[in-house]
Parts: sequence; structure tokens; C-alpha cells
Amino acid sequence: MTTPPPEELAIGSGDDVVRVRQLVRTAAGHAGMSLVDQTKLITAASELARNTFVYGGGGAVRVEHVVNARGRAGVRIAFSDRGPGIPDVDQALTEGWTSGGGLGLGLSGARRLVDEFELETEVGKGTTVTVTKWTR
Amino acid sequence: MERVPILKIGDVLLVSIQIDLQDQSVLSLQEDLADKIVKTGARGVIIDITAVEIVDSFIGRMFATIASMSRLMDAETVVVGMRPAVAITLVELGLSLGGVRTALDLEKGMRLLGAALPDTGAGRR
Ligand SMILES: Nc1ncnc2c1ncn2[C@@H]1O[C@H](COP(=O)(O)OP(=O)(O)OP(=O)(O)O)[C@@H](O)[C@H]1O
Ligand SMILES: [Mg+2]
Repeated sequence: MTTPPPEELAIGSGDDVVRVRQLVRTAAGHAGMSLVDQTKLITAASELARNTFVYGGGGAVRVEHVVNARGRAGVRIAFSDRGPGIPDVDQALTEGWTSGGGLGLGLSGARRLVDEFELETEVGKGTTVTVTKWTR
Repeated sequence: MERVPILKIGDVLLVSIQIDLQDQSVLSLQEDLADKIVKTGARGVIIDITAVEIVDSFIGRMFATIASMSRLMDAETVVVGMRPAVAITLVELGLSLGGVRTALDLEKGMRLLGAALPDTGAGRR
């Protein structure tokens, strides 16, 4: 089985958020993830893509197939933007905290739905959120 | 942007979601439904999500919004056909949708609203 190359997509509209979901669905299916794990990963991606669009002012996503040291397959997704950044990461990751009119579930929820979650942000420079989910 | 059609069956409005919803379609659907409830005097709303593969916080919030909104206009909302994987994911996401009534399928949803499903009516698949 050959590993598909990484794919990138710009996020600049609500339609792009839908495209991100479709891209992640294909990758998760290709990695052999269970239906529940696929659903979790797509949902997390949908939350993060919306944040990139709404708060980051748009950006890009990169979807990549990865293999860990024990030979387990997974999907890694990186969302990046050059938006305002997040001044208080702990606060942003708190369930229920929102600076807009959201539910404040996106970041905290996405974090629970994946196996690895990394958030890099610098005020005035932008934000990158990278998540990975492994097949079981 | 794609719009989600709203069907009228007796005094129930049926929304069967067959597209991958973007946020703008979600907002339009909420507005269209509010209009239609008033115009038709519908007593119930059924949102059929049998075909929906993921429900994120934005779509989930729509269910809660439609449920409260319709209640204010004297109509009851039932969400039907949620896939098991979607339910598991919603709980882990942190969205419990406490105020939203659900039923396993369209027929049970109609029964919950006290409405009969026509034998050859729209919405049957
Ligand atoms: N890419 C980003 N750039 C700048 N700020 C961000 C970014 N992503 C998230 N944030 C900030 O973190 C907060 C929390 O995000 P989170 O996704 O958890 O909730 P929300 O988007 O406000 O609501 P929900 O996702 O439930 O609709 C946001 O309100 C926003 O202030
Ligand atoms: Mg969000």
C-alpha cells in the first residue's frame, strides 16, 4: 500500500471548511481508521478550520499521513494562519471560553477528540494548531 | 451557497439534511425555518440527520437554536437519525444538547409529535 502525499488547502471561506472535512475524511479512511475515529477526527478538523477562518482571518491546512515508531498509521493535520494570535492560550483552551459568540468548545473539544494536540501561537504573528490521530 | 429544503407534511415541517453543511447554510436554514413555522402554523419540526456524517459545535448549536426558537412559536422540534459515531463524538466534544428532543428514526419522530407519516409521502426513503 502506498502512502498518499501530503495535501494542502487554503482556508478562506465557509466552503473551504467543508472541503477540509472532505479532505480529512479521505485521509482518515485511507489510513484505515474506524468509523468512530474518522468521525472524531473530521469533527476536530471542522472546529479548527472554522477557527482558522473566523479568528485567524483565513489560512491553510496540511493533511499528512504519518507512521509512528511502532509502525502504526495515523493522520496529522496542521492548521496555520497569520492572524492576531492567541494572547492567553490557557484561557482559549478552557471549555466554554470564547472571545466571539461561540460556545468555546472548538479548541478544548478538538483536543479531546484527537491523540496529540499542539498549539503554537504568537500575538501579532499567527497561530498553528497541529493534531494527530492514530489508528487503533 | 446551498440551501436546505423544508417540506411540509400535515402540520409538521420536515428538514432532511442531505448536504455537507457550511456555516452560512446553517444560518439560512434557521431563518427559513422560523419564517416557515410562522407562515404555515406548523406544530412540529423534524430535522432528519440520517445522512449527516459529522455534527460539530456550529451544527449542534443549530439544533438547540431551532428547538428553542420553534418552542417560542408553539412548535416542537425533534432531531432524528443521529448516527452512533456522531453521538459519541458530540459527547466527547462537550455538546450534550440537553434541551433537544431526539428520536431514532423519522417514523418514531413523527409519532413523538403525534403526527402520522403518510404511506407514500415525501421524506420516506
Ligand atoms: N486561529 C486562531 N487565531 C486567533 N484566536 C483564536 C484562534 N483559534 C481560537 N482562537 C481564540 O480562542 C477562543 C476559543 O476558541 P474555541 O474554538 O474553543 O471557541 P469558539 O470558536 O469561541 O467557539 P466554538 O468553537 O465553540 O464555536 C476563540 O474565541 C478565539 O478567541
Ligand atoms: Mg471555534
